[in-house]
Amino acid sequence: MRIGDILTYAYGGVAGYRLRSLLMLFAMAVGVASVVVLTGLGEGARRYVTGEFASLGTHLLIVLPGRNETTGGAPPLLGETPRDLTLDDALALKRSAAIRRVAPVTVGSAPVSYQQREREVITIGTTAEFLHVRRLKILSGRFLPETDPRRAAPVCVLGGKLKRELFGNRAAVGQWVRVGDRRFRVIGVLASEGRAIGLDLEDMVVVPVASAQALFDTPALFRVLVEARSQSLIENARQQILAIVRARHEGEDDITVITQDAVIGTFNKIFTALTMTVGGIAAISLAVAGILIMNVMLVAVSQRTAEIGVIKALGATRRTIITLFLTEAGVMAAAGAAIGLALGYAAGAATAQIYPVLSITAPVWAAVSALLLAIGLGVVFGVLPARRAAALDPIAALARR
Amino acid sequence: MITLSGATRNFVVGEQTVHALNKVDLKVDSGEYIAIVGPSGSGKSTLLNAIGLLDRLSSGAYRLEDRDVTDLSSDEAAQIRREKIGFVFQFFHLIPRLTAFGNIELPLTLAGIDPSERASRVAAVLDDIGLADRAEHRPDQLSGGQRQRVAIARATVTHPKLLLADEPTGNLDRASGKDVVHILERLNADGITLLMVTHDPELANRARRKIRMVDGAIESDSLAVPQ
Repeated sequence: MRIGDILTYAYGGVAGYRLRSLLMLFAMAVGVASVVVLTGLGEGARRYVTGEFASLGTHLLIVLPGRNETTGGAPPLLGETPRDLTLDDALALKRSAAIRRVAPVTVGSAPVSYQQREREVITIGTTAEFLHVRRLKILSGRFLPETDPRRAAPVCVLGGKLKRELFGNRAAVGQWVRVGDRRFRVIGVLASEGRAIGLDLEDMVVVPVASAQALFDTPALFRVLVEARSQSLIENARQQILAIVRARHEGEDDITVITQDAVIGTFNKIFTALTMTVGGIAAISLAVAGILIMNVMLVAVSQRTAEIGVIKALGATRRTIITLFLTEAGVMAAAGAAIGLALGYAAGAATAQIYPVLSITAPVWAAVSALLLAIGLGVVFGVLPARRAAALDPIAALARR
Repeated sequence: MITLSGATRNFVVGEQTVHALNKVDLKVDSGEYIAIVGPSGSGKSTLLNAIGLLDRLSSGAYRLEDRDVTDLSSDEAAQIRREKIGFVFQFFHLIPRLTAFGNIELPLTLAGIDPSERASRVAAVLDDIGLADRAEHRPDQLSGGQRQRVAIARATVTHPKLLLADEPTGNLDRASGKDVVHILERLNADGITLLMVTHDPELANRARRKIRMVDGAIESDSLAVPQ
């Protein structure tokens, strides 16, 4: 039999029994759509998180106080406390030739008020270099002045949202606001930059690091952002940061240096694993749909006993009959899978309209493997019914009217 | 054309063995017109199925066109059915979702003949049975007589040498039964060998040769006196 004729005949079998075929298509479509949507979600989350880290800037290293790796030695029973990371430590890093910029960061939460309006926002204490390290843009005015970082100047830069909430459409630059119990003059407003890990840059106030330390009454830094001179010098910079701080901390390795690459790589791995897991779970529903195909095809064989008898009498071989019924199962699975793909991508597109931040687009490998798996399952689960059809005794099949 | 010698077909029913065919010897020449008659359960249909290679003999030998076809595999039997044998059934057995055209085309499709040739051959047989204007009707849109004519067209579109009809008029009214018989007789006149199982004595008397079966054996085998 010709391939075109086989497909036409199989299609006729699918189209000839509408309700049963529609239910089958629906089951398969749900299975495939769930694979597409769930892997799309996983993929979207992966891209969101890695995008967050990538938006931090390039050649970036993050220095955290404390150490999160064990190096052996005495257990920490003796009240060993991690040393603070101080402003002097941060400034000392500038000695390294591999390092271009250093931005110490102190973070706290403080009420910011202007006249009757008050907002509780994140307050960041840092230096002028923060602007370059984090690739921020200034909407109006200017960023923190490049003066001695140890000087607690009473100036601040507002995030875009905070500025709108405190000042509305009026100019903020030049006005005095109160942060905590101190007064600061607004010298600039940040441009909307969107999002960044853990910090909404729209909704914060930036002050000189020494001012923030006085405000929160602590000499400790939250972290230090370091920009290496080039991609190739990142590892070099890491070694030097560790060496410099070790020398300043009496030979103790009590800081952690994270490179951006490593963070992105780790999150990539985690989210890819997550995507594959949810995809695998969704694939179970595909297997269920496969069993349904078998059920439907078994019904088809018993419904069409006479038809099978006729095509046997007309000279169809065992193989022809098996081929016809397998193709029918395959056609049904493929059609269901195609509908499922369309549904899944439509759901992704709809979600993108509602939450533009999180794009739900299933990776191509997931869509392709869902499609192949669906067709494969259709054929595999079609084998038993097809063999049953081929084994029918034509005389018995034709004896029934 | 057909030579059966000692053809026996046993069925085991419970503890008993039933001889549906019991040592039947039969010779049929090419172009014959034979009616097979006999009471229910006398083995008429079993004989027809054995000749049509839908069934296998328990013992005995069967030669079809000088070839021993007693012990063919099911696929070899399918090939012979495809090329040499046409079947017409009492209940038509048309495929309900296919049109008259589609039903008649089916054996050609199964044989892998290309669509343009199929179309012309199907059109020709539709014309022969006078249903050219019903080509696109499905079986449920056709009368019983029309359905049986479509079934005959399906059985003969491959130009078989042998046409086996099991009660072809058994489910039809008199007038359409007559139409169907006329078509079958015309095909026979054109050279096809026709074997027909029937209960209808009038129909049986039209055949040139009448075989009466009782209890799985041939009781009488007579040539009709031309009327």
